[in-house]
Amino acid sequence: MLGVILLLVILYTNMLKGLRGLGLTLNLDFLQDEAGFDISEGIPYEPSDVYLKAFWVGILNTLKVSIIGIVCATLLGLLFGIARLSSNWLIRTIATAYVECFRNVPLLLQILFWYTAVVGQLPRVRESIALFGGVFINNRGIYLPSPEPTAGLRIWLGFLGAGLLLAVILYVVRWRKLRQLDRPGFRAKWALPAFLIVALCGWFLAPSRPFTLDLPVLQGFNFRGGMRFSPEFSALLIALSVYTGAFIAEIVRSGIQSVVKGQREAARAIGLKESQTLRLIVLPQSIPIIVPPLTSQYLNLTKNSSLAVAIGFPDLVSVGNTMMTQTGQSIPVFAMIMVSYLVMSLTTSAAMNWYNRWINRVGR
Amino acid sequence: MAEHENAPNDSIIVCEDVHKWFDDFHVLKGITTSFEKGERAVICGPSGSGKSTFIRTLNRLEEHQRGTIVIDGVELSDDLRNINLIRQEVGMVFQQFNLFPHLTNLQNITLGPIRVRKMTKSEAEEIALSLLERVDIADQAYKYPSEISGGQQQRVAIARALAMEPKIMLFDEPTSALDPEMITEVLDVMRELARSGMTMLVVTHEMGFAREVADRILFFDEGAIVEDAAPADFFDNPQHERTKLFISQTLQH
Amino acid sequence: MRKAYYTVEERELTQAMKPPAHTKGPARWIKDNLFNTWYNVLLSCLALICIFFISKALLTWAFTEAKWGVIPANLQLFGVGAYPREQIWRVWSVIYILCVLVGLSAGMWGGLVFRFAVVLGGVWFIGALLPFELSTRGWFLGAVAITAAALFLGRGRTALRPWILGGWLLSFPLIMIVLRGFGENSVLTSNWGGLLLTLILAVVGIVVSFPLGVFLALCRQSNLPAIRWVSTAYIEMVRGVPLITILFMGNILIPIFMPGLDINQVLRMGLAITFFSAAYMAENVRGGLQGIPRGQHEAAQAIGLNYVQTMLFIVLPQALRSVIPAIVGQFIALFKDTSLVAIIGLIDLLGVARSVIANPDWFGLQAEVYLFAAIIYFVFSYSMSYGSQEIETALGVGEH
Repeated sequence: MLGVILLLVILYTNMLKGLRGLGLTLNLDFLQDEAGFDISEGIPYEPSDVYLKAFWVGILNTLKVSIIGIVCATLLGLLFGIARLSSNWLIRTIATAYVECFRNVPLLLQILFWYTAVVGQLPRVRESIALFGGVFINNRGIYLPSPEPTAGLRIWLGFLGAGLLLAVILYVVRWRKLRQLDRPGFRAKWALPAFLIVALCGWFLAPSRPFTLDLPVLQGFNFRGGMRFSPEFSALLIALSVYTGAFIAEIVRSGIQSVVKGQREAARAIGLKESQTLRLIVLPQSIPIIVPPLTSQYLNLTKNSSLAVAIGFPDLVSVGNTMMTQTGQSIPVFAMIMVSYLVMSLTTSAAMNWYNRWINRVGR
Repeated sequence: MAEHENAPNDSIIVCEDVHKWFDDFHVLKGITTSFEKGERAVICGPSGSGKSTFIRTLNRLEEHQRGTIVIDGVELSDDLRNINLIRQEVGMVFQQFNLFPHLTNLQNITLGPIRVRKMTKSEAEEIALSLLERVDIADQAYKYPSEISGGQQQRVAIARALAMEPKIMLFDEPTSALDPEMITEVLDVMRELARSGMTMLVVTHEMGFAREVADRILFFDEGAIVEDAAPADFFDNPQHERTKLFISQTLQH
Repeated sequence: MRKAYYTVEERELTQAMKPPAHTKGPARWIKDNLFNTWYNVLLSCLALICIFFISKALLTWAFTEAKWGVIPANLQLFGVGAYPREQIWRVWSVIYILCVLVGLSAGMWGGLVFRFAVVLGGVWFIGALLPFELSTRGWFLGAVAITAAALFLGRGRTALRPWILGGWLLSFPLIMIVLRGFGENSVLTSNWGGLLLTLILAVVGIVVSFPLGVFLALCRQSNLPAIRWVSTAYIEMVRGVPLITILFMGNILIPIFMPGLDINQVLRMGLAITFFSAAYMAENVRGGLQGIPRGQHEAAQAIGLNYVQTMLFIVLPQALRSVIPAIVGQFIALFKDTSLVAIIGLIDLLGVARSVIANPDWFGLQAEVYLFAAIIYFVFSYSMSYGSQEIETALGVGEH
């Protein structure tokens, strides 16, 4: 007890001494100063904005790459995790090769590889690779058509609202019907197609299409219009998704395999079909096993997105680093970075705990 | 379908020269036998003799590689429709119970009737409750399997199999994973079932049960039927050395 | 006598001993594993087409376009970085020390360790066959000889096992001293680099963080709230932030918190990695501690042991045994994570790769260089995870 206090005191006095040596004081005033450096992507930002704004841009960039990365990694992981359990030897082997190759090589190396050896080697703007639907790939990034709202959007939104209302009504009707039939079934069986049909009708009946596609067009030395994923963002996103996907694939595989063989046999013995066995017996038991390690992989991905600093994607750590070198205020900036990450992990853990309680309420 | 001349007319299970290999290991070496409607057969033998594998081939949890198995006039083949048809007629009780842990005991029982037999939920629940009554644990219906004892779990498992209204019940060492004090309660349920005229094939080491309930005892060794006799003959006048040895060893315990 | 027991005739039986032909053979295997259902036929065809095009593109690149000359030209750089050429004997001495220990252990324990020693000897032998300089090949041959000799010496001497364990513990500081040296001929840690630095950072990170992690884990379970809170806060904070921020902090904050002490960058990174690793180690150890049933504590108290004795003799030995796989996993992760020191500016394996690419002589060879580095990382990481699975089976962890 005393030792702990003593240690903290020593560290604190040492810190003050060290800071005095560097001619620095501890405060957060600098956050209101003009940042003066540019940030290559993210929400609108000018070098004349304050440091706090710059940091906020960094946080949003981290969130952006993490969230898109989590979606991609989950899809990859599910695909390859299920492929690892395939009865097809070839598919199984390919999935195993994917998992082992990408799991056993450092993520940073993979990020650098994608950035310099793949994305960096793409053709110049004039020789862009043109894919279908106005997608262009070149060494300045990936250009995609972006949807732009038009006057027709309001009318279409009206249709969506009506469709939603109809869907709710149909859902309730179906639910009561199922109750009356006294059978299990898919409650949204009528609501879902009805909503889709109304949405589709609205799309074509509205006086103008709700969205026009803003296509990227080559103008002079660069593309104008559309959306752009920068080379840094693309490389980081690919590397994070592929790397984390390999870990998720393992989690999915072991989660499904942890449902013992006897459960499938018992399901088969009462005459359930393979699809029913999977839906009613295997998945309900494996999902609670899969979710906790999956969450920790999501957190890992978010933390790993900080490797952006190696290729110059302006994430939270990267922006924070620039702030430190410019102001010398390393301790407050470190504290801000730590707090940002801690908030992200604590939010995720809270969601996780809530989910766990919910699962435990449903079964056992 | 092949004609089975020797088979009596009311045979519900007919096996002819059934072979099964695990890789190169020959587990079933040509099993030829048949079971009649309402027959209660006990299958015994040392571990590794293929007795469990044999009854698992009868609802195709294991695939046989040679010979024919005909269940209630339908031959077991790769045809999925046949297999599902047969699985609805053949109930199975496992050594490890294999209840679904994420469902209540009642849901465990109603799952098959609702999803496979397409009954309404209330019909299925009515049947399930009466079955739970029959196996004497109606009060445990809304608990989860992890909340009840092993003997109770096995009785739920029996109720689950019965809920499909099978013509045949297979029991794969139903009491081997149970504590001694719980074996009786499960055997009582099985006795009651036997009295009701169900066709039963029971793999078990419970020789007392065999002597009391069985019409016929089959002794398996090294993948073949060594002895096939009525209980009285089996216990008092076994024909083969291996059978004698087995009986003397089992009865010592 | 025996055949009489069977109801089946003997002739029929011998005939039936082998499974029917149509369930065996390569054609059957292909049908069962690739083309058993219509969707598997589709998937197999798709997969085969993909494999064909990808491997065609890769092989064309590897054999016609890629310039592999960059690898042999920089091999020493990849291995030891800027370690002075005339001091390279120090690295070989370290390898020889390890060979002796591995050989002796292999002789005394046999089994898994023996297989490891044989593989290691094989690797050295292959090294001796490759067209390196003559002196290098000599060093390789020496390693083979020393491993073999130690193996022979240690064979069957099971009584000496505790001594070897002590030897392993002692080897750690000894290796550091040999690598560093004293006086005029000493090699500054700032000159350590390449795979050597990667391995040292990973090993130091695990070895030094181990006692720290055990300490933190015990603190987290302490009855004194202040100690419990501080250690919990430390563990959760470190685990909550990315390693790269810890490295930046180590690089910038250690000089601020420890003014007056001149700590060079390699040492700072070693410290940062250790502090980072300790938090994860603590959580692993805590997992092991929680797995020890209450009865063990009670039994220990019942025979009159105090807290320290209970932990030292009863709880920790059981807990640590059960967390070995987790620690191996952490080591593998750390081995890969040390590559982040390249961002700070150290020349570890990845740092060497980056500096080679930056060299105008080797302009535009990113793919070749990164692929080579990736293969080295893969070989180490994959063989370690393979080994840990073997250890798990050998220890019977997770079995009851």
